[in-house]
Amino acid sequence: MTQIAQIGRSGTLESNDILITVSPGAAGEGIAIELISPVIKQFGDRIREVITETLTTLDVNDARVQATDKGALDCTIRARVRTAAGRAAKGGD
Amino acid sequence: MERLRRSMMFVPGNNPGKLQTAGIYGADSVIFDLEDAVAVTEKDAARHLVYQAIRDLRYPCEVAVRVNHILTPFGREDLRQVLPAKPDLIRLPKAEAAQEIKDVDEIISEAESKHNFAPGTIQMGAAIETAKGLRQAYAIASASPRMAFIAIGGEDFIADLKTTRSKEGWELFEARSQLVLAAREAGIQAIDTVFSDVNDEETFIAEATRIKGLGFDGKSVINPRQVQLMHRVFQPSEQEVAHARRVLTAYREALEKKSGVIALDGKMIDSPIVIRAQRVLAYAQAVKK
Repeated sequence: MTQIAQIGRSGTLESNDILITVSPGAAGEGIAIELISPVIKQFGDRIREVITETLTTLDVNDARVQATDKGALDCTIRARVRTAAGRAAKGGD
Repeated sequence: MERLRRSMMFVPGNNPGKLQTAGIYGADSVIFDLEDAVAVTEKDAARHLVYQAIRDLRYPCEVAVRVNHILTPFGREDLRQVLPAKPDLIRLPKAEAAQEIKDVDEIISEAESKHNFAPGTIQMGAAIETAKGLRQAYAIASASPRMAFIAIGGEDFIADLKTTRSKEGWELFEARSQLVLAAREAGIQAIDTVFSDVNDEETFIAEATRIKGLGFDGKSVINPRQVQLMHRVFQPSEQEVAHARRVLTAYREALEKKSGVIALDGKMIDSPIVIRAQRVLAYAQAVKK
């Protein structure tokens, strides 16, 4: 299991990107996501789903995520979440 | 005909917008860069972006990844993280010895086996960027059956020679010639260095025409605008295509008549002329696709 031990950030605020900050969550809290996106009405659920899926694949069960989306594709969201989680994990990625 | 690599376009590996649109400019190959275009502090992010882009997006061209040199602290990790996405080709920078190629070949073989990719499907290319590397060009080019091309990395090479780059490119003449010779001896392609002034189309076309004349198969480019310029330089003219057809027709007729001497318009046609005509037609055909 990946242990989120500190704050990890990845991404930018440029078009087609997403800025992800992952920080430790309390045990049993699950994955809590705060999302800002210009397409939140159309794609908000999908972005949350991709973030959650990616963290689950990395075996992260409890974490807080702040996401500021600038129109990122799923592949970019996955990559940014992996990087941020890696940087937040004990000892890094 | 072998795969065209007239234009190999570098794309910074840490830029999601550019990774997303890389396939639309018609380049024969895109090279997602994990080396010079990526700051040391962003290597992890670039690896993840490149891995996901190759895995999730569809590109209508060859997808290569330029990894960091395996003797740097980043190279092996680059390979470990991007190979599972199955890029078409791994491009190595600053190659100086056959052993580096063999080491990377082994890492790729292990990844192919681990991820159930057909053995040998991930190709390799290497850039030669130093005098030492140039002295080993043939050994590098022939170090692995995965090797598809050797390239010259001009800026580093010129720095190594302790000279500067001129418009005419005399300082690279010897190196370019030797690179093509080594590539041909090894039976692989030769790729020229980037031309960095994207606003100077005239000099770019002159350089592209010159390197085509030297025997290069293509050029690394850094801007989508240079892709079509490159392809235009490599496109056989209508006259070249028409002449090639006439040469091959004359050759075929002579073979049917069992005639020993073949002539067209009063000029003798021998084997190199037939091979060149076949190459022109194959090129014209490949370009149409």
